[in-house]
Amino acid sequence: MTDLSASAARAVEAAGSAGASAAEAYASRESGREVRVHGGEVESLTAAVQSGIGVRAWIGGRVGYAFGTDLSEAGVAAIAAGAAEAAALADEDEFAAPPGPAPIEALSGLSDPSVDAWSPAQVAELALIVERTALAADPRVAGVEQVVYGDSAERVAIASSAGVAGEYESSQCFAYLQALAEGEGGRETGLGFGLARGPAGLEPEAIGAEGAARATAMIGASKPASRSCPVVLDPTVAASFAGLIGGALGANAVQRGRSPFADRLGEELASAAFALHDDGRDPGGAASAPFDGEGVPRRRTALIEGGRLRAFLYDTYTANREGGASTGSASRQGYRSLPAVAASNLVVAAGELDGAALLAAAGDGVHITDVAGLHSGVNPVTGVFSVGASGRAIRAGELAEPLREFTIAGDLVAMLGAVREAGSESRWVPFGGSVSTPPLLIEAMAVSGS
Amino acid sequence: MSELIDAAVAERVLARALANGGRFAEVFAERRHGFSMSIDESRIEAVQAGAEEGAGVRVVEAGTTYFAHVDGLDPADLERAADEAAAALRGERREPRALEAVASVPQPVEHRPEEVAAERKSALLRELDERARGAGAEIAQFTSSYAEARRQVTVANSEGLLSGDDRTRTRIGAQAVARRGDGVETGAETLGAARGFELLEDDPGQIAEQAARKALTLLDAGPAPSGSMPVVVGGGFGGVLFHEMTGHGLEADHIHKRASVYVDKLGQQVAQPLLSAYDDGRLPSEWGSDAIDDEGTPTQQTRVIEDGRLTAYLYDRLSAERDGVPSTGNGRRESFRHLPIPRMTNTYIAPGDASPEAMIAEVEKGFYAVSFAGGQVDPATGDFVFGVSEGYLIEAGKVTRPCRGATLIGNCLEALMAIDAVGDDFFMKTGICGKGGQKVPVGTGQGHVRVGAMTVGGTEL
Repeated sequence: MTDLSASAARAVEAAGSAGASAAEAYASRESGREVRVHGGEVESLTAAVQSGIGVRAWIGGRVGYAFGTDLSEAGVAAIAAGAAEAAALADEDEFAAPPGPAPIEALSGLSDPSVDAWSPAQVAELALIVERTALAADPRVAGVEQVVYGDSAERVAIASSAGVAGEYESSQCFAYLQALAEGEGGRETGLGFGLARGPAGLEPEAIGAEGAARATAMIGASKPASRSCPVVLDPTVAASFAGLIGGALGANAVQRGRSPFADRLGEELASAAFALHDDGRDPGGAASAPFDGEGVPRRRTALIEGGRLRAFLYDTYTANREGGASTGSASRQGYRSLPAVAASNLVVAAGELDGAALLAAAGDGVHITDVAGLHSGVNPVTGVFSVGASGRAIRAGELAEPLREFTIAGDLVAMLGAVREAGSESRWVPFGGSVSTPPLLIEAMAVSGS
Repeated sequence: MSELIDAAVAERVLARALANGGRFAEVFAERRHGFSMSIDESRIEAVQAGAEEGAGVRVVEAGTTYFAHVDGLDPADLERAADEAAAALRGERREPRALEAVASVPQPVEHRPEEVAAERKSALLRELDERARGAGAEIAQFTSSYAEARRQVTVANSEGLLSGDDRTRTRIGAQAVARRGDGVETGAETLGAARGFELLEDDPGQIAEQAARKALTLLDAGPAPSGSMPVVVGGGFGGVLFHEMTGHGLEADHIHKRASVYVDKLGQQVAQPLLSAYDDGRLPSEWGSDAIDDEGTPTQQTRVIEDGRLTAYLYDRLSAERDGVPSTGNGRRESFRHLPIPRMTNTYIAPGDASPEAMIAEVEKGFYAVSFAGGQVDPATGDFVFGVSEGYLIEAGKVTRPCRGATLIGNCLEALMAIDAVGDDFFMKTGICGKGGQKVPVGTGQGHVRVGAMTVGGTEL
């Protein structure tokens, strides 16, 4: 047993001694670094190690949680006692119980040795290449606001009084930039990004080129006329919407009447062109792991298929409320957070049309390349949204002038029904969680500009 | 106040941080405690307590910052962080100056939340639940949360500064869902301050009723209009408009990267003469107030706009050094795991002399945005977007029907200049601001303001 698993086991035992009838401990240790470059120089270099433990304690059907960074024997005992104390304050809930053990299948490919092998100087050079590529891509690229490179390697261990025990390691790595382009009296920004398990998997030139292309494409942008028209959502935008839909498919929101999908299981609410599943074991997905935040094996769950709403996502508690099984969808933001229902990796099925064919199918409309204000412009309970957007006009099936400072509005469920085509080229995107999606052609959406 | 690390240890850590050179070194130590609980389906749940401590050490040499953070506050932990930060440097050892403690006066706390019995906190949530559900039979769901947090910090640097702060914040939030047939609407309200439990001794239950009332009002809402029109923005959290539109663009890091529309605009007229605005980290008990910033600089009031003229940017230590000016006390960080960057504290448009009624009466056809769910800006382009959580049509000088799903969108240079009335009904509200992956508490405030023309994005075309 590693020391991390030992800490988790000790915490479970200590919670029992403190009066808990059941307990679960989630411990993690993470090392990470971040490099920010600007103007050909390293602006900051961060090295970090952190570890902590979160303990969930039950007293009958009452649940409490405590976390901390002190992994000494006394520290762990204090955290466990804190969890039991917190449980005593909660109200009884007959469905609250820890999951029992289930066989956990190992999942390979979660770690890339290049995270450890690459020196700080090497990853700084990678970030500098991103910046140089963006600057060299087009004379109108006036600067790069910042290039950020980050990576981390994490070990997670879980243990419970119900017999759950597991441990895994994974690594993550990303780089992004915000390129600045100037022209026609205006300044535009463009995001480029890449995701991988380690720096060896990143393509710095492609990241820099993407930022430059997105920024320069917006030069001279104007407001579109207000109307309802076909829109093509770029994968970065489609991913944000998929993330919102994935959130609304969490059983917690559904059971508590706070989801536009409540009471709609089995309904044909999406067009046949749109299919969505959650896959906690997809090797390409950043959220993949052998088990979820409460030790339940990750799996694949079809959510929308053939236009029908097939399933919701469950953790153990929400599954107990319906007498069903968890879909392995208990998610945590590290040891500081209670597990809660959330999508792992969302995958929107790809269709037949490549980028050009998708634009041709749109005819006249708007290609949306960026949205802003999602956290304030979308009502997750009703699904009604109105968000800021920018992109390009589509005229006669081809990209035309850049457009900015307009909004797109509608509601999430109606939008699913209005998907006319899914593109053939999917991409993993870190917006809206971890999402793989192609571009989507929506039949009609309200565009509000001038 | 007592320091988390004593001067001798801090001096040793700073000396180690400069072992391989560097013109500046700093150690930031922090101990944080938090406690929160919520009520949902009339049941107390998600009761949780957290305790973390650790330190971040940075060394600055030329234009580069080397930063390392560790969990734990033992001298050995701190030295480990210093060694890690210094590891990538290759210069000559430098000696830090002897430390001199600078006293600070934390925001006063009458009743330490951690000393208040937890049962009082759960009783409070039950009261909120009852009052929200009592507001109308159409209230279908209600959730509310209570959160308290205490952050004790100590900062020491190689220029001899040793200072600290003891920060307590308390906040409650309420969210109601109203249902009528197939119609579902939500309403939310919050109350928070850099205070202790005394914040909640007045009548905190009213936020539950306010949240419920918003949701019930929206049941009668129609679609929001689209297009350009005059917009009257409500007081308090309406100030988030200024925070996003202008405040972020004044943060010196954006200025230095020329990623702000306010580059080279100091001294210029950016708003009508009726508008003055401030960032003030010293407003008593306000949500964004601290005694010192996270670099040990005392917080201050900074006038950023005076009679429509741009008068100041917001600085942390490094950006101030670069411009040869003093820091404005805006160097803030989410925790010891983050580097300080220029951030707003409490940002507000100073009270004007217009009455809200009069500014609405002058609008023939427009939109009244009482409150926002939040907003976002790209400081480089100045493009912003705000989600309206409570909005109404203005027709013939009168507020008529409520609207759902409205967004305000525009460019900050134009929108700020278009503010043609500032109200006298000033108040502050709480917000959580995200930048560079770091969240910090900020206050926003204003009286009602009117923007002469702004794009409202709704579904009614």
